[in-house]
Amino acid sequence: MKISEMAQQLGWETLIMPDPDVEVTGGYAGDLLSWVMGRAQAGNVWMTIMTNRNIMAVATLAGVSAVVVTEHAEIDGEIVKLAEEQDINLLRSAQPTFETAYAVGKLLEK
Amino acid sequence: MSEPIQFHFNIDGEDFTSAGKASVQVKKLLRQLSFDADTIRRVSVAMYEGEINMVIHANGGQADVIVWDEKIEVILADTGPGIPDVSLAMQEGFSTAKENIRSLGFGAGMGLPNMKRYSDDMKIDTVVGEGTTVTMSFTVPEG
Ligand SMILES: Nc1ncnc2c1ncn2[C@@H]1O[C@H](COP(=O)(O)OP(=O)(O)OP(=O)(O)O)[C@@H](O)[C@H]1O
Ligand SMILES: [Mg+2]
Repeated sequence: MKISEMAQQLGWETLIMPDPDVEVTGGYAGDLLSWVMGRAQAGNVWMTIMTNRNIMAVATLAGVSAVVVTEHAEIDGEIVKLAEEQDINLLRSAQPTFETAYAVGKLLEK
Repeated sequence: MSEPIQFHFNIDGEDFTSAGKASVQVKKLLRQLSFDADTIRRVSVAMYEGEINMVIHANGGQADVIVWDEKIEVILADTGPGIPDVSLAMQEGFSTAKENIRSLGFGAGMGLPNMKRYSDDMKIDTVVGEGTTVTMSFTVPEG
């Protein structure tokens, strides 16, 4: 499934989506950056409540299909600009990480 | 082996929030050199962990990336505090990161284990009070 379809079906807010056609290969949920680096697979949607600048480098290097900020956590305008520059899809879910991940799982199972 | 291509980066130790720039740059360079996606990912993720370690634990340092067709080497050298017990530092979950750094998402104690796992060979030379040099090599699959 394409990230743009997933975002639409799950009602996520799009902060910026430079690459709407990228395929979602699965998901990874977590806030500790080295765990994400070690465990997230290329193409995964990464669900996190972290919103500092470091998430952009992690997203780029881990090759995730999108960063999905959960809990409607606040995102600085500067982060959105960075995401745009680095071609990273940056989305936001109003729900907690568990509910967000559960919805991703259900959608991918279909 | 053919002549290698070399890249050098100065890693600023002041700025936690934008750390990782050199690794992002290396990812781009390796892409331009047409390496396979898996090799690029392994090299850039392992280098990122080492780059971040120099920033948060050693006040910055130097990174050298040497690229052959069949092998890539990443050398991260700092003049920080050194690592008193390397085998302890290598354990998953061991971290001396302070609270201000943990709040940014670092300090899981997974960086060195990730570097070990993603590289084909890793060597740590460290002297307490003098600094640390981490050398990682990556074999590029044929074809
Ligand atoms: N370049 C370095 N100079 C001095 N000490 C280091 C260096 N690199 C690692 N260490 C020590 O080794 C410990 C373990 O490093 P490791 O990268 O595995 O975890 P971390 O950096 O604490 O957390 P994480 O990488 O998960 O964010 C560090 O907490 C630090 O004490
Ligand atoms: Mg580390």
